[in-house]
Amino acid sequence: MRSIRAAAVGAVTMSLALAATACGGGSSSGGGSNDSPKTLTYWASNQGASIAIDKKVLQPELDKFQKQTGIKVKLEVVPWSDLLNRILTATTSGQGPDVLNIGNTWSASLQATGALLPWDAKNFGKIGGKDRFVDSALGSTGAEGKDPAAVPLYSMAYALYYNKAIFADAGISKPPATWAELIADGKKIKAKGKSPLGAEGANVSENIHHVFVFAKQHGADFFTADGKPDFTNPKVVDAVKQYVDLMAKDKVIPTNDAEYAQNQSVSDFAKGKQAMLLWQSAAANLKSQGMSPDKYGIAPVPVQSGTPGTGAQTNSMVAGINLAVFKNTDNIDGATKFVKFMTSDAEQKVLNTAYSSIPPVKGAQSDATFNSASNAVLKQTLATSAAALPQVADESQFETAVGTAVKELFADAAAGRAVTTDSVKAKLEKAQQQMPTK
Amino acid sequence: MTTTTLKEPVRGDSTGAAAPEQRRRPGRIRRIGLPYLLLLPALLLELLVHLVPMVIGIVMSFKELTQFYIRDWGTAPWTGFGNYKVSVDFDAPVGKALLHSFFVTVGFTLLSVGLCWLIGTTAAIYMQDNFRGRGLLRALFLVPYALPVYAAVITWVFMFQHDNGLVNHVLHDQLHITDKRSFWLIGDNSFWALLITHVWKGWPFAFLIVMAGLQNIPKELYEAAALDGAGMLQQIRRITLPSLRPVNQVLVLVLFLWTFNDFNTPYVLFGKAAPEAADLISVHIYQASFVTWNFGTGSAMSVLLLLFLLVVTGVYLVFTSRGRRTGDV
Repeated sequence: MRSIRAAAVGAVTMSLALAATACGGGSSSGGGSNDSPKTLTYWASNQGASIAIDKKVLQPELDKFQKQTGIKVKLEVVPWSDLLNRILTATTSGQGPDVLNIGNTWSASLQATGALLPWDAKNFGKIGGKDRFVDSALGSTGAEGKDPAAVPLYSMAYALYYNKAIFADAGISKPPATWAELIADGKKIKAKGKSPLGAEGANVSENIHHVFVFAKQHGADFFTADGKPDFTNPKVVDAVKQYVDLMAKDKVIPTNDAEYAQNQSVSDFAKGKQAMLLWQSAAANLKSQGMSPDKYGIAPVPVQSGTPGTGAQTNSMVAGINLAVFKNTDNIDGATKFVKFMTSDAEQKVLNTAYSSIPPVKGAQSDATFNSASNAVLKQTLATSAAALPQVADESQFETAVGTAVKELFADAAAGRAVTTDSVKAKLEKAQQQMPTK
Repeated sequence: MTTTTLKEPVRGDSTGAAAPEQRRRPGRIRRIGLPYLLLLPALLLELLVHLVPMVIGIVMSFKELTQFYIRDWGTAPWTGFGNYKVSVDFDAPVGKALLHSFFVTVGFTLLSVGLCWLIGTTAAIYMQDNFRGRGLLRALFLVPYALPVYAAVITWVFMFQHDNGLVNHVLHDQLHITDKRSFWLIGDNSFWALLITHVWKGWPFAFLIVMAGLQNIPKELYEAAALDGAGMLQQIRRITLPSLRPVNQVLVLVLFLWTFNDFNTPYVLFGKAAPEAADLISVHIYQASFVTWNFGTGSAMSVLLLLFLLVVTGVYLVFTSRGRRTGDV
C-alpha cells in the first residue's frame, strides 16, 4: 500500500513539474531591463580560421572588459551556418543573448523583426556618437531613414588576390584592372596549365555579393528606389550573365567551381592551383592554409573600364560584421557598455588586426597597422568604391532567391548547357516570383 | 466493476451499511484512479512533445507569420486559408515549386523504399545460412545505419565531388565509362546521388528488421518444402515472404514515412538550396519557412504534408490489414 502511495505521489509530482516547465518558456517580456547587471551573453560570429581561434582572440579582451567593469561576459562563437537560424529562434522565443554579431547584410531584415535595440541619438551618445564610425560602414546597418539596428564592428571589402609566381610564369606584369584584361590574362594562365579564377558557384551568398557588384557596374540595382524587386531589368540580366559567362563563355572560372560552397576556391588558390581569387579580407584565411603573404599580391577587383569609383565603377560590396544588442536583454546598461568597449579605438585595433579586417571606427582606422600594402587596397576600396547591399527588409529572401538562381545557372554552364540572355532572364523571373508580394 | 453493481443495492437497502461504505469509497477511487494517475506523466509528456507543437504549427499556418511578426506572434494577422491557397495554387510559382518538389519526393521515396527493402531482404536471406564470417558480415552491414548521419553523408559529398571525388575517379579515370567527369551534386545527376546515399544509409535497417523476422519462421517449414521438392526461389515465395508479411507491413510503412520526411540527407548533401532535380519536400519546406522567413506558408505546407502522410498511412493500413485478416482466417 505504501509503495502504491509513493508511486502516486511521484506521478503527481512529475506531472506538476512538467506542467510548470511547459509554462516556463516564453515568459519574458519585451523591452530590456537591468535585472542581471553582472553578466552578459555574447554571440560572436566565426571570424577566424576556426572557432578555437576566435575564442583565443576574444577571451583576453573579454577578461579586460570584466576587469574594467566587473561584468562577466559569457562568450559563444556561433558558426556561420547556424548564426541566422539561431538569431531567428532567439527572436521568436525571446530567449537570446544580450549582445551579438550579425552579418551586416542582414541588418535591415533583422531590423524589421524588431528584435534588436535601435541605435538612436541617445544610444549612440552612450558609445561616443555616430561620428566615430566611417560612413560606408554605417550605410549597412539598417534601412534608410530608420535608426540603425546595429553598429559596425569589422569592415571588409573584396579584392583580387593573385599568385605572383603564376603571373610571372605566364608573362603577366601587372594584375588586370578590367574584366577584359582579366579574360585575356586568363588565356595566358590557362596556356601554362593553371586555372585562372576561382568562384564558389554553389554558395548562395558569394553569388549575391558578385552579381550585386556586376549589376552596379551595369548601372542597375536589384531593387527599385521604393524597395520593390526588379530582377528582370535588362541591365540586371546582362550583369548576371556577365558573371556566369566568366565560366560559360570566357572559361576563366573552371566548371568544377560550380559545385564549390565550402571555400574550396580559397584552398585551390592557397595550394597554387589557381591564379586569382576574388575574396573579402582573405589574408588570415590564406595564412592558416599555409600561403605566406609574399606569395600573393592584392589588387582592386576589376571594373568594366577606367578605375574604381562610385556608381558604375563600384567594385565591391561593403562587407562586414555589425554588433547588435538584443532588445530583450536583462542587462541593457551592461550591453551598451560592452558595445562601447568593443568599438573603442584600442579594442578595434586589436580585433581588426587579428581578423585582417579594417576598423569601421575612424580613430582606429588611421593607425599605422592598417596602412600596409594589402590593407591599403581594402581601405581604399571601402572608402571610395564599395556599395552597401540593398538595405531592404526582404534582403535575406533576395539572397536566397537570386543566389540560388545564379547557382543553377552555374550548374547549367558546368553541364555544358548554353547560358543565354533568355535562360538568365527566366531564372531571375522565377526568383522574383518567389519574393514576398508585400 | 462487478463489485460495484453488486454492492449498489445493499447501500440502498440498509442505512447501517452506508457508513463503512463511505469510508471505503476513497480507497476505491484511489484504486480505480491509480492507473490513470500513473499514466499522467506520460500523457503530459506526449502532449508537450508531440501534440502541443503540432497544434501550434497548425495555428501558425493560418497566420501571416513573416519576419515582421515573429518577435510577437500574437500580433501576426490571421490570413484564414491564405497560406494554403498560396501553397496549392499550382499555376503560381510557389505552388508550382511545391508540386514539383512533391513529385520528386514521391519518385525518390518509391525508389528508395523499394531498393532498401529489396537489398535488405536479400541480404537477410543470404545471412540465414551458417557460414564462417557471418557475424562479421552482419556487423559490417549495419555500419551505415550506426554511423551518425552527418559523418556518413559528408563522406558521400567528398566522394561525389567533381574533381577529386572517388566516384568520378572510378567511373571516368579508371573504367572510362563516361567521356568526361560528371557533376553529381548539382544538376540532374543530383537525384541519383541522393538516392544512392539514402539507400546506402537506409537498407541496413530493413536488413535488421527482416533478419529478426526470419528467426521466427520455423525450420520445419523449409524442411518440409525441401522434401516436397521446392527450390530456393519457391521456398522464398511460398514460405519466407508470406511469413514475413506482418513484419514487412510495418517495415515498409516506417521506411516510407522516414524517407518521405527525410531532411538530413539532402540538407547535408546539398545545403539549403537543393538542386531542382533533388528538391525533396522537407528541405523545400525548410527553405520556404526558414530561409525566406515566412513561417506561415512553411507551416501550411507542413500541415498539407501531414494530411497527405495521414491519408497514405490510413489507406495503406486499411488495405494491408484487411488482406491479412482474410488471409489469416
